[in-house]
Amino acid sequence: MAEKRWKDLLIGCLAAALLASSVWAGGPPAVGEKIPEFTLPAPKDSSERGYLGLTFLNRSFRIPELKTEVVILQVFSMYCPYCQADAPHVNALYQLIEKNEKFKGKIKILGLGAGNSDFEVATFKKRYEVPFPLFSDRDFRIHKLLGEVRTPYFIGIRKFPDGSHRVFLSRLGMINSAEAFLTEIIKLAELK
Amino acid sequence: MRSFLFALTLLILTPGPGWGLSEVFSGKIYQPGHLKPIDSKSHLKVGQRAPNFSLPAIQGGVVSLRDFRGKKNVVLSFIPAAWTPVCSDQWPGYNIVKDIFDNHEAVLIGISVDNIPTLYAWTREMGHLWFPVLSDFYPHGAVAKRYGILRTDGMAERAIVIIDKRGKIRFFHVSDINVRPDLEMIVRELEKLKNP
Repeated sequence: MAEKRWKDLLIGCLAAALLASSVWAGGPPAVGEKIPEFTLPAPKDSSERGYLGLTFLNRSFRIPELKTEVVILQVFSMYCPYCQADAPHVNALYQLIEKNEKFKGKIKILGLGAGNSDFEVATFKKRYEVPFPLFSDRDFRIHKLLGEVRTPYFIGIRKFPDGSHRVFLSRLGMINSAEAFLTEIIKLAELK
Repeated sequence: MRSFLFALTLLILTPGPGWGLSEVFSGKIYQPGHLKPIDSKSHLKVGQRAPNFSLPAIQGGVVSLRDFRGKKNVVLSFIPAAWTPVCSDQWPGYNIVKDIFDNHEAVLIGISVDNIPTLYAWTREMGHLWFPVLSDFYPHGAVAKRYGILRTDGMAERAIVIIDKRGKIRFFHVSDINVRPDLEMIVRELEKLKNP
């Protein structure tokens, strides 16, 4: 009887591990690939919805749905010292883009707080006066899909007129220079 | 089917390597694996006087709980061990919310059973901490033991203890050692100090 129970448990573990491996991605999103399937809730703040071009409130969206040419997804944590130190640089990147008549509207930045609650994400946003939308990923669900990357991590997604998309940038570490990073984004995304 | 669901639940509930992933700690974090969530039972209760202690701080000098009596509310943050995933993912967050503690006339005190040199090296990775970090190393874990939160493996539990200006325990929370306590919970409990 006990032997059968252990056998059942072993089979259960194997089946669960198989299912888990199909749900949880192995590594970070690779350049040239699509980003994993996940949704984010439309921000409650109307100006953030406006920034993302979302016209709805009570619905989730996929990043490739956004009406823009490039999305920069920053994976951060309120508890990450490098993310704290890098926050002013990412804010500067946002300002550079928004002041640039050529690229404003073509590049959008989003932050994902890995393992952070709504409260913790709001705390980080307030502390560093982050001007772009931040989303919480309290249970690391999306973080797992993104290959459990270290933080801060930046994923650049290029959208094409036919609705398809691909990852053009997948990089770990602080950006330090907003100017240099914007130049890199424009070059790698082949933005005109 | 039941064994499958049980195994799946175990997999989902087991913390993944999501903690301590700041690049600042890259290659420096020891992975202890999944630990027994709570391994002690404290005799202390909310409403009791908090046991006094005096411990050396990494910033130098000795900090005593009684120093704050009548002046500040005190939040004790016991963590199990330096250079481990969840612990490395806790105090850096508290380091950017000094204003929250100030607004509640509270001080934060970090306590670990690690020795001073270890705590010094580890916390330097977090930047400049605004709160004292105390070493409960010798006699080993004596304060954690006095608070009833010394585990059988010699580490302290991951615990938050909130003590009011009169020295009374107002909140006593031992977390699952494998996860970080909710910051919102701490703030909510600090709010309650405004309405005694």
